[in-house]
Amino acid sequence: MVRAVLAAGNIGPKWLYWPWVTSHLGEIRSRLTEHVELTFLAVGFGLLIAVPLSLMSSRFRRLYGPVLAVTGALYTVPSLALFALLLPITGLSRTTAVIPLTAYTLLILVRNIVTGLDAVPADVKEAAAGMGYSRARQLLRVELPLAMPAVVTGVRIAAVTTIGLVTVTALIGQGGLGQLLLDGFNRAFRTPLTVGIVLSLALAVLTDLVLVGILHVTTPWRRPVGRRSA
Amino acid sequence: MFSFLNNVGAFLTDSAHWHGQESIPNLFLQHLQLTAVSVLAAALLTLPLGVALGHLHRGGVVAVNIVNIGRALPALALLILAVQWTGITPPSGLLSPVRSLPAFIAMVALAAPPMLANAYVGVVTVDDEVVEAARGMGMSGFQVLRRVELPIAVPLIMAGIRTAAVAVVATATLAAYVDAGGLGRYIVDGFAVQDDVKVFAGGLLVALLAVAVELTLAGTQRAATSPGLRLAGRGGSRADAPVVAPAHGSLA
Repeated sequence: MVRAVLAAGNIGPKWLYWPWVTSHLGEIRSRLTEHVELTFLAVGFGLLIAVPLSLMSSRFRRLYGPVLAVTGALYTVPSLALFALLLPITGLSRTTAVIPLTAYTLLILVRNIVTGLDAVPADVKEAAAGMGYSRARQLLRVELPLAMPAVVTGVRIAAVTTIGLVTVTALIGQGGLGQLLLDGFNRAFRTPLTVGIVLSLALAVLTDLVLVGILHVTTPWRRPVGRRSA
Repeated sequence: MFSFLNNVGAFLTDSAHWHGQESIPNLFLQHLQLTAVSVLAAALLTLPLGVALGHLHRGGVVAVNIVNIGRALPALALLILAVQWTGITPPSGLLSPVRSLPAFIAMVALAAPPMLANAYVGVVTVDDEVVEAARGMGMSGFQVLRRVELPIAVPLIMAGIRTAAVAVVATATLAAYVDAGGLGRYIVDGFAVQDDVKVFAGGLLVALLAVAVELTLAGTQRAATSPGLRLAGRGGSRADAPVVAPAHGSLA
């Protein structure tokens, strides 16, 4: 296999053989899409689980220790091992990839969300209660918005970490940019390797920037310009 | 399901898996050797640098950014890049406990950023007042570092080592792909021949090893923390410092 590629014009060792890229745009796009989808699913499910867990941990303090212990233990188990343990149950399916990826986001998300909720000043909460806000309304309208910076920080770290981890799912046949890495490795042909690495780094940076942008848009009171005095 | 677990039990207790090259003890040893040698090498490279930068209050942006880049660069990419550099070769001399040179290089690259950042942050965040008090007592710069800054930084430095070691144990599983041996062998080989029992047994062994390493290092971290810091509850909160956010070392 290695020799075949080398014989075809010695392009194997080249870090970027442009004709390969232009003739494989379709494949590159679908790998990238798979990568984005897996990341999105993992962080999305992660938030669905982490937000209620964090709210409960922040409210009922005794829960926080056990919640951290469980999510921490999940975080410790290597991804390939979790895939391996799920294989007999869920097979070589997307579920086998998404469950561990989701599990890894939990510790990061819960820690950041709880930190954010805890940092909401007590007098703000009292003021909200004094204005007659119900517990639920106070949470939705006051505490969660004020915790947004910490929540978004958690999502940023979780998303960037997940983007790195998703490459491993190629090993269980679920595609993503890791497939390009494996192709490059298995065929001693460096171009897909370069494309895979550059795209996963670019995806991480872009995701991070988008999330910073979302934070900026959703928390107008944090912007110095245009701040009204009360 | 029950018969599957039975098969896993049979696999783990089969005497063929307890003797020879591909035996559990041998793969376990390979896994630990790769981890220990890489973490040690990374510690020797990064801890003095991080501590020095922290003491001088310099280079913080670099230290923190290295961690962020390290987080985004997939471990699998590191491993494959290292193979491009050195080929799949066994190292010699001091590194001979490690079976694969590219695996060693990738593991060092993986372990270095959290250790560097935590050493830096640990020293740089020592209270200015404490440092000034030490200076006022007539301590030299080196004495301040050795007798004040380092003891206070120990919990964070240990958290960095723990993060790095747990990440390396996890990624050393992937290293089976580049001939580094270790418990990843069962997972990789099992996948190749679609032997679910072998894959599952490998996953179980790797998971147990990772949790064991995590717990051992958490205990070490606690033991290495100065009693004064433990009393003040500072050790735990510092180990959770946001700069090094998703540290594995989070259960402090």
